[in-house]
Amino acid sequence: MAFVDDLGAALDKTPGGGIILTSLDALIDWSRGKSLWMMPMGTACCAMELIAASFARFDFDRHGSIPRPDPRHTDVMVVAGTITRKMEPAVKRLWEQMPEPKWCIAMGNCAVSGGIFYYDTYSVVRGVDEFLPVDVYISGCPPRPEALQDAILRLREKVSAESIVPSRAKPVKSILPQPGDPRKGDIAAEGGEPS
Amino acid sequence: MKIEDLREHLCGIYPDLCPLFSIEFGDGVLCVSHERLHQAASDLKDLGFDRLGMVTAVDYGEEFELVYRLQSRAMHAGIFLKARIKRETPVIASVCDLWPAANWQEREVFDLFGITFDGHPDLRRILLTDDWVGYPLRKDYEDDRIIRRPDYI
Repeated sequence: MAFVDDLGAALDKTPGGGIILTSLDALIDWSRGKSLWMMPMGTACCAMELIAASFARFDFDRHGSIPRPDPRHTDVMVVAGTITRKMEPAVKRLWEQMPEPKWCIAMGNCAVSGGIFYYDTYSVVRGVDEFLPVDVYISGCPPRPEALQDAILRLREKVSAESIVPSRAKPVKSILPQPGDPRKGDIAAEGGEPS
Repeated sequence: MKIEDLREHLCGIYPDLCPLFSIEFGDGVLCVSHERLHQAASDLKDLGFDRLGMVTAVDYGEEFELVYRLQSRAMHAGIFLKARIKRETPVIASVCDLWPAANWQEREVFDLFGITFDGHPDLRRILLTDDWVGYPLRKDYEDDRIIRRPDYI
């Protein structure tokens, strides 16, 4: 990565280097986005959906998302399931073993917020974003493999907006309607008035 | 031997244990004092209860109740062996020497209830982290990290 960083910094300063940099970014982001190998951090029932996603019916290989048992081979950690306080250091350690650049998907309610274990529980971490930088959240208890597929495609959008020069990375808008967003309430407008 | 015959059998050997034995939902229930729990477990093992299904505990406030689930493959029957101990002195004899399966089960009870098992070969926490403070399944357990469920949910 050091070489790529130096190259990016040098091209950014060179006059006319932006053209090369843009082409290089397109190539790197394309190759990264189409080979998001997964670190399946499956700890609970969401792992069943994660396993199903990689088999023939849903076939994540066609997105280039191959589950690998070794964190050193992977690009995206899919945290599928409840993370307890005892499990937290192990997840953190696996995350630190993954090479940069790396991304994280929080799959299912437990990984997003603690889910049904949010209240009255002494042992559960309330969401992996307490200790990991999560890129994509998937709700559901557990979510369908299609939701994970959607998350991979959303993550690819995010990856394709990145650049080897951090200052050139483009911001990615959330697809969820934000407060004050004119898209909020569009569902009713599209479907017409409920009769 | 069936579970119904076990009562007469037990009454024959231990007349004093007989009133403490009942059959509920097809399973025997035997409540003993904590001093003679190990002896009762040993005798039941000799009667054919060769499998220890589980060990757990119940917090009744003033005292804890230890619950041992014993099973017999020959009889196709199960029995619950129960013993109560005071909350101030949560110590009871280990049954690890009778059933090796009790090792991790008793460690779990120690981990979550803080009940010490005398004669256990390796009594330390099993499910929680080693530096955990307190015993979470006790009813008076307090932890700053717990968020209480509001009434309206």
